[in-house]
Amino acid sequence: MTWYDSFLQQLVDGLVLGSFYALVALGYTMVFGVIKLLNFAHGDLYMTGAFAGFGGLSLVSGFLGAGWLGIFVAMLLAMLAVGCLGVVIERVAYHPMLAAPRLSILITALAVSLVLQNAALSLTGGQYTAFRTDLGFGGFNLGNLFLSYNQIVLVATAAVLMIALELFVSRTLYGRAMRAVSIDKDMCRMMGINVSAVIAVTFFIGSGLAAAAGTMAGAYYGSIWYFMGFLIGLKAFTAAVIGGIGSITGAMLGGLILGLLESFGTHIPFIGSEWKDVFTFSILILVLVFKPTGLLGKSEVERM
Amino acid sequence: MANRTPTLREDIPRGNVFQRFYASFESPGRRRALHALIVALLIVTPWISSQYVTVILTNALLYVVLCLGLNVVVGYAGLLDLGYAAFFAVGAYTVGILTQQFGINFWAAIPFALLAAAIAGVIIGGPTLRLRSDYLAIVTLGFGEIVRFTARNLEITGGASGLSHIPEPSLFGWQIDSSIDFYYVFALLAVLAYIASQRLFDSRLGRAWLYVRHDEDAAEAMGINRVATKLAAYVIGAIFGAIGGIFFSVNLGAISPESFSFQQSVLILLAVVLGGMGKIPGVILGAFIVVLGPELLRDFDTLRLLIFAVLLLLIMLFRPSGIWPEKRS
Repeated sequence: MTWYDSFLQQLVDGLVLGSFYALVALGYTMVFGVIKLLNFAHGDLYMTGAFAGFGGLSLVSGFLGAGWLGIFVAMLLAMLAVGCLGVVIERVAYHPMLAAPRLSILITALAVSLVLQNAALSLTGGQYTAFRTDLGFGGFNLGNLFLSYNQIVLVATAAVLMIALELFVSRTLYGRAMRAVSIDKDMCRMMGINVSAVIAVTFFIGSGLAAAAGTMAGAYYGSIWYFMGFLIGLKAFTAAVIGGIGSITGAMLGGLILGLLESFGTHIPFIGSEWKDVFTFSILILVLVFKPTGLLGKSEVERM
Repeated sequence: MANRTPTLREDIPRGNVFQRFYASFESPGRRRALHALIVALLIVTPWISSQYVTVILTNALLYVVLCLGLNVVVGYAGLLDLGYAAFFAVGAYTVGILTQQFGINFWAAIPFALLAAAIAGVIIGGPTLRLRSDYLAIVTLGFGEIVRFTARNLEITGGASGLSHIPEPSLFGWQIDSSIDFYYVFALLAVLAYIASQRLFDSRLGRAWLYVRHDEDAAEAMGINRVATKLAAYVIGAIFGAIGGIFFSVNLGAISPESFSFQQSVLILLAVVLGGMGKIPGVILGAFIVVLGPELLRDFDTLRLLIFAVLLLLIMLFRPSGIWPEKRS
């Protein structure tokens, strides 16, 4: 294999990884946009989504099979369920805390994350759960490059979801309300926008996208466990920061950039795969320190 | 603030039953009596309890040191640190490496460990303290993970299996090796940490933290250098953590990267929040709850972590200032 083929292979791997990051990063960035909260529990919603997708698949595989159709329906079910869970979390945990000091709401978010994680831990006993599907390992060769059908479907699904979100935010009434709420909540109230409803919709969509990513990751990698959301939550946050937190296009871009950086970064001499996570967190810290607004974020006057 | 005692008598009847109960300890005479009682209890306990209880209490006292250290960062300065275990790790690994791999005397290694922790505090704090608080939280989390991954990947730190056979220290011919010896070492450390916390709280720096926590801009307008003040909190917190780590490593004789995971940082933070951020007795209470609670809930196995998580959530929702809240805020 020449360096060029290896380059293409890394590109494909990076795109797949980047799609997961982008889907999860969207939830971070949307929630941050409307209530300025860093939702620590978001990575765990991804994990919950993987388990919900697993449950959904075992529900529908009887008559739809465990192929793409079954996984797709399971993914929709997981998105629905986890979306509702996200709304419940917002209502129960975050809503009463919105006026509290920022430290309190951050710790509340951390607590929600721990509740989800440990609930999954108690239910599974900390074991890996096999996510069995009928997806094969089929694919085709492009020159020396191997593309599996799974990778193509996965990246395409992620792209469709992101395009749908972009259209929703830019074209519909609720999308416009969402953008307005992220700019000035009080003014929105005066203009007759139901701010609570907009926040709920935002949580629903953000959590749903995380669940979609979770289900796809489960189907793609073949196993799920209670701690799978921790690292990806951190990395998706990194992606959201790279793209500029609060910016939806930025989150997509940041996710893809981070996926590609990780995929190529592990092949730089001295970095290697065991330093991959250190590499990612270093990027996070460097971006936050030198360009906290990210690539597409708007600068704002910060108050702690 | 220095002589706030005279008015407190009148405060006692006010508030709910908890507040009255707590306030009843605040007169100087009762405080001194309580301190004497606690010190006496600390001295006597290992002689009347089993070895198992002594070991658990030693662990609780270690957590008292760590929690009081994190309390400086979170409670006093109001900075959310999600990677506090990193400082704990720096202390433990510095001493582990110096004593086990280079054969340096334990006591001679301590200053290096403290220096390393202070430098780590500056490295983490320096560039990040200008960030907004939620960014700071995630950056500290990232740093915590970087430290853990680094410890796992380097050879000098023993990789994933960590360091073992860290020699036990001796002091003037007294070999510190039994569980009771270590119990006393940690009891002494906890008492020192308590005194240091109290002194810091009453100091000029302690008041500066209070102002910065409440209104950064106003504090800066009053001539407080907010970055230097926050950095001081970080470095002091780091040194507390390192002291805990130094003695943790010689107590166990072996350390591994997994002792310093994100869960460790969360557990320490949980204790601080549970007890009452900024309130020293509350934080100590929190440390004991976090260590003794799981021992009491042993039969529940994995459920106990869930119980703790739900407890944290409920505390944040219904009693956000903790079990024993700080009045000054």
